[in-house]
Amino acid sequence: MAELVLMKGNEAIAEAAIRAGCRHYFGYPITPQTEIAAYMAKKMPKIGGVFLQAESEVASINMVYGAAATGCRVMTSSSSPGISLKAEGLSYIAGSDVPALVVNVQRGGPGLGGIQPSQSDYFQATKGGGHGDYRMIVLAPASVQEMASLTIKGFNLADKYRMTSMILADGTIGQMMEPISFEDAEIEKYEKPWALTGHENKRKHNIVNSLYLQPDALEKTNFERYERYKVVEENEPMWEEYMMEDAEICVVAFGIASRVAKNAVVAARAEGIKVGLIRPITLWPFPTKALRAAAVKCKAFVSVELNMGQMIEDVRLATECKRPVTLCNRAGGMIPSPDQVLESIRAAQKGE
Amino acid sequence: MEHKRLTLFAGHYGSGKTNIAVNYALKLAAEGKQVCIADLDIVNPYFRTKDSAAVLEAAGVHLISPQFANSNVDLPALPAEAYRLVTDKSIYGIMDIGGDDRGAYALGRYVPSILEEGNYRMIFVANASRPLTRTPEDALEVMYEIEAACGLKFTDLINNTNLGDLTTPETVLGAAEYMEKLSSLSGLPIFATTARADVAAALDIPDVLPLTLQEKYFDLPSQKPGNRPLWG
Repeated sequence: MAELVLMKGNEAIAEAAIRAGCRHYFGYPITPQTEIAAYMAKKMPKIGGVFLQAESEVASINMVYGAAATGCRVMTSSSSPGISLKAEGLSYIAGSDVPALVVNVQRGGPGLGGIQPSQSDYFQATKGGGHGDYRMIVLAPASVQEMASLTIKGFNLADKYRMTSMILADGTIGQMMEPISFEDAEIEKYEKPWALTGHENKRKHNIVNSLYLQPDALEKTNFERYERYKVVEENEPMWEEYMMEDAEICVVAFGIASRVAKNAVVAARAEGIKVGLIRPITLWPFPTKALRAAAVKCKAFVSVELNMGQMIEDVRLATECKRPVTLCNRAGGMIPSPDQVLESIRAAQKGE
Repeated sequence: MEHKRLTLFAGHYGSGKTNIAVNYALKLAAEGKQVCIADLDIVNPYFRTKDSAAVLEAAGVHLISPQFANSNVDLPALPAEAYRLVTDKSIYGIMDIGGDDRGAYALGRYVPSILEEGNYRMIFVANASRPLTRTPEDALEVMYEIEAACGLKFTDLINNTNLGDLTTPETVLGAAEYMEKLSSLSGLPIFATTARADVAAALDIPDVLPLTLQEKYFDLPSQKPGNRPLWG
């Protein structure tokens, strides 16, 4: 049996990042993700890495931008209000096509909100957040193990496509503890000929920049960037299906909501309701094909979310509004109970 | 088990302090003692002593908890009533100290009274399966940091080595060597071995304290470690 350790979700992210080769962490503490920074503060000095608590979130994301331009694996982490502060930097990083990993362990909002778990930054993560045309690869872990494995995956994808990967977790997964292993970690390495590593008079100097003086050149860069995004949309969607083979009702949920929803699916099956679950693992690219296929055979969809209904819009888009989609939600730091989800499944079964 | 008037549980965050403190309080109450438990955790936002409020109340254990525990107020404030543990010498007091040295700062203000009375046990809770205390030397470092932060020395150790749902008797017994090393490095005795009740029942060693675990918000389907689907 593989060696197991008992980890908090936040610790799993930090340890996985170190194993993925990240030696540069810039952050600013905020509940409920502070264990990531604490872990890095403890470990980085022992392995020749950099842990730096910046004076603000704005400073830390710009340090990430600078380090990313040199081609090293670099990350920052925060929680909802802190991610809003980082939004400008996220846009600059996207506009410069450098890879980075950003973690958002979400808490209730908007505004200062609260410190309890939430999924209300779905729009911010998948639709932009910062200004301009850009995308981030958004990974949604549903277990402590996935906090680790998707962090490693996130670094790999960021390097592969020269993009930001965002781990979109929530306070519950950040704080809860589960036994995990790192035996299956696959660390990929990519050449980075664009990186600012010093030309030593042996090559033309590289430039990392997001400012374009000519609009036609900026347009061309945007079009080229979106060609790359198209490849990501084609190759990288990840999702998991549960009991979908004969399902008439399809529950869609990600992260901690999917763990609750799974309990409800099991309970509904015991009542004879043919229900299944699709769990998006990548929120961008969204698993559109899986949803579109489900819309052919399922008569209704239930989107379970810890927000006022955000992913539900992508469910409707992916299914091209062919079937009714209802929302089962809690917000502001509350979590739906399996009974609440079960009630929504029963209602969908009755066509309500 | 001989009980001191004050028992303090401290250690690395996530080592199991809160569950052990709650179970120890219930054990003392079951022995007919008047028990008061104080949640002095100023670090952890979730999963607190207060989650066990109903169980403690039913057992007649008085709970002192920060006013803002389990709310959105992220304030490291302690209730004035916590002083009762050091001033009221007619009760058995249990203190659940927050994680690491950061959490132990909160204990500092009670230390002069605790030392003056001199009837306490401060227990370091160790879990050899936690990533930052994987070796006895790592654990010793955390012990020293906590002692330096609060100004009180540990007197005992507890072996709470576990892997959550995947804990087996072998998990607990496998840490015997680790605990012996930590004991010899620190010069402290092992007060008890703690484990979930079903695991504890299978342990044929002295001083086992079986634990009933704090209730979770909801049952999460069990997790298989490794790079596999969550419910494949």
